[in-house]
Amino acid sequence: MTEDDLDRNRRHFLTVATAVTGVAGAGAAAIPFLSSLKPSARAQAMGAPVEVPIGSLQPGEMLRVLWRGKLVFVLRRSKEMLTHLADNPERLRDPNSEEVGQQPEYAANGTRSVRPEYLVVEGSCTHLGCAPLQDFDVRPAEGWGGGFFCPCHGSKFDLAGRVYKGVPAPTNLRVPPHRFVRDDLILIGQDTGAA
Amino acid sequence: MARIEAEVGKPQGGFMKWIDDRFPFTSTMKYHATEYYASKNFNIWYVFGVLAFVVLFIQLFTGIFLTMNYKPSAAEAFASVEYIMRDVKWGWLIRYMHSTGASFFFIVVYLHMFRAMLYGSYKKPRELIWIIGMLIFLVLMAEAFAGYLLPWGQMSYWGAQVIISLFGAIPWVGDALVEIIRGDYSISDITLNRFFALHVIALPLALIGLVFVHIVALHEVGSNNPDGIEIKYNKGPDGVPLDGVAFHPYHTSKDLVAIIVFLMIFCSVVFFAPDMGGYFLEHANFEPANLTATPEHIAPVWYFTPFYAILRAVPDKLWGFILFGLSVLLPLFLPWLDRSRVKSIRYRGWIYKSALSVFVVTFLVLGWLGTMPADPVYVLIARVFSVIYFAFFILMPYYTTIDKTKPVPERVVYHG
Repeated sequence: MTEDDLDRNRRHFLTVATAVTGVAGAGAAAIPFLSSLKPSARAQAMGAPVEVPIGSLQPGEMLRVLWRGKLVFVLRRSKEMLTHLADNPERLRDPNSEEVGQQPEYAANGTRSVRPEYLVVEGSCTHLGCAPLQDFDVRPAEGWGGGFFCPCHGSKFDLAGRVYKGVPAPTNLRVPPHRFVRDDLILIGQDTGAA
Repeated sequence: MARIEAEVGKPQGGFMKWIDDRFPFTSTMKYHATEYYASKNFNIWYVFGVLAFVVLFIQLFTGIFLTMNYKPSAAEAFASVEYIMRDVKWGWLIRYMHSTGASFFFIVVYLHMFRAMLYGSYKKPRELIWIIGMLIFLVLMAEAFAGYLLPWGQMSYWGAQVIISLFGAIPWVGDALVEIIRGDYSISDITLNRFFALHVIALPLALIGLVFVHIVALHEVGSNNPDGIEIKYNKGPDGVPLDGVAFHPYHTSKDLVAIIVFLMIFCSVVFFAPDMGGYFLEHANFEPANLTATPEHIAPVWYFTPFYAILRAVPDKLWGFILFGLSVLLPLFLPWLDRSRVKSIRYRGWIYKSALSVFVVTFLVLGWLGTMPADPVYVLIARVFSVIYFAFFILMPYYTTIDKTKPVPERVVYHG
């Protein structure tokens, strides 16, 4: 075969077609590998809702439970704690819980809760995921009405998990989906059905 | 008849000829060792490449033996490390060699990179060697990070929590990306298992491949030297650079001395201070991971602290992530940021000398700050030094252009 016999268009077409088919095949083959990196069926099953009995929880006391391996705080706020929530809205970044996605709609209120007494928030700082420490003492001189303090990078949150201004955490602590099954039982991880 | 058979049957040139007809052994040895010419005036800064290779070998070798006894599951990992330390014969030594090796890897690599900045080793025609080297550094960071999760101690868990959460700062895809990295809704057994796979298979393979390419690229263009001149432009009648000597046996003999001194220091740490006062092995990591309580004071291992200090200095999550990433990646662009006509610090003016000195101090101060708690005073100092860190790179095209350089000699110069 001489150079003149070459059909260059045909060769070019075949080269491109082969390359495109090859890339498409490699892309298709990548799907199972990438998918295998996502949470497995077992991980999803382990992420099932957890029931938290709150019958013996006294005002001012807090429970730490794990849901999907994540720490969740269940705090029964006292009357006094609730009165302090409205103290300094100007010091908070998002006092009215307007940031969508940080709480279910039913918790986008002044107390960020289904029932004012019970605060249910993920104990995971919205900055880089450390577990905030509880600091419920009221110290008016410091402008501190009680709340949570992250030891890693100094973020501060109030007793509704609302973030203070001027700290690294960008948003309020996340309120997980939850509902009251009975007066003394909270289901964390699921909110369908009557709340 | 018998004579011909003898000629056909008997190999001419012996065993090496038999090999060389089938595998390029002798020619490869010549090209990379006995006839690879490197400058005669190498100083102590030129031993860290070989030392990095030695540490890589130590890590691979001890790592294989640790894998034989380690269990990559959340339920068993911490106990299996304790088992290695207490019940496996000489297990404590093998583990301390590995954990000390991790820190020494970074000490050696940082000094190796500083050498390149001293003598302009990243400048044309060695840009690719530098870029491959930076990729090695990135893979090494990932390797060290993945390895640090494996003992499943408090600092393993919460350190990983903080670093993986960083990726959540990326707009739109952040949360999905974090879930794919963890393989779960939080750091769990699944995360530990995949980090183990990355630490013992994927990343070491990448590391070895990149080191191979790094050396191939180096031997193509030839080694730089403390004068930053190209020795191949001055060849003798035999075609050998006048200022060069063969890598083997000359530089290898010199490197052997360096390796012995290095191993003396390395062994001193392994035997007498394996945790280095909490810098090589953090104290919080002697406690198993507790998902409900973050340690009071979280700090990464010392080799990440300069970048971590920059991350903490930024009061915004997304910008913190961006500047953190930038601080790691900026050195990649040194070959193009540096506009100086000369390579070596010997022939640069006072501006670059000062800038490099300030940079070294900045890097060390940021490293120290990264180990300290996030008190307002420290954060303020970290902000000042973060600005200096970035200024060193961003202003470099300007100050290396106006810096007055000295004339570069034709041939290498000896000192002492």
